[in-house]
Amino acid sequence: MILAMLITFGVMMLVAALVALYSRDIVTAIVASGVVSLLASVLYVLFGAPDVAMTEAAIGSALTTVVFLFAWSRIRSIASRDDSTNGEVR
Amino acid sequence: MFKRLFSLVLVVALAAAFFPLFATIGDRGDVSPLAESYLADAPDALGSANLVTSVIVTYRGLDTLGEVTVLFAASAGVSLVFSRLGSSSDGRRPVQNHAPSELVVTGAGLLLPLIFVFGVFIFVHGHLTPGGGFQGGVVIASGVLLALLAGTLTELSHGMLSVLEMLSGAGYVAVGLLGLWLAGGFLDPRFLPTGEIGSLFSGGAIPVIYSLVGIKVGAELSGVIDAMRRRRVVE
Repeated sequence: MILAMLITFGVMMLVAALVALYSRDIVTAIVASGVVSLLASVLYVLFGAPDVAMTEAAIGSALTTVVFLFAWSRIRSIASRDDSTNGEVR
Repeated sequence: MFKRLFSLVLVVALAAAFFPLFATIGDRGDVSPLAESYLADAPDALGSANLVTSVIVTYRGLDTLGEVTVLFAASAGVSLVFSRLGSSSDGRRPVQNHAPSELVVTGAGLLLPLIFVFGVFIFVHGHLTPGGGFQGGVVIASGVLLALLAGTLTELSHGMLSVLEMLSGAGYVAVGLLGLWLAGGFLDPRFLPTGEIGSLFSGGAIPVIYSLVGIKVGAELSGVIDAMRRRRVVE
């Protein structure tokens, strides 16, 4: 039972990691990399390490995702501002 | 073509290098002599029900102090970089690009008290249940983030954040020094009574240390989040 869960979550982690690598949409990739961390924290619970799992869930999947999203929104707003001032059309 | 071949060779070489680790993985029935003595002595000596916390705060207390210092340096660096960025560009105002959706506002009203209470619960019960100062602090910082996104909080007082951070950091070192003077050594928590194992007031100074770490981590990460959000460039 535990082994089946381990394999299921491991395969899901691999799929999420591939989505993060190959997705065209940046926001999808950021969320997928957060999903990798969330599934990793589930694996830590299954391995009997709840302390590590809490850290991984809070920092890896929550805060890191938020920092990436902040960075992406800043890049986007800077890029659109430069476009509008230069009059370039992309 | 050559590049692809090179990366393929690199991947295979990495797999070969890590294969011994994978081959020997599995359940280890026996632990090392040092871990054996932690397991046998820690509950009686420290009165902390969570063995992980005993190791992190007491036996490896100096490492934890180092981690707190690293986190402090990192958050100071982030604040420095972002304040520089803000002064060089023209969009410097703290801006909310658009009003938060009603779902976020209503959900935040319901969840915020629970999140903050849960964060405090995690670090106050660090010696009893899984988790501790770092985890509790991060939960509190994510609550602050939700409050900022929902508009419950519009402005974080950086003066208050730095006072909290300063007091908790200095308090951590002071507790360590009290251990040095009154008990066995630096960061020894046994200058307070260890109490009955499993009760809230047990484990000597471990709950005090973890509460200070929780406040410090929460204040630092809230400051980092606010620094990143604040200087958003206007379209």
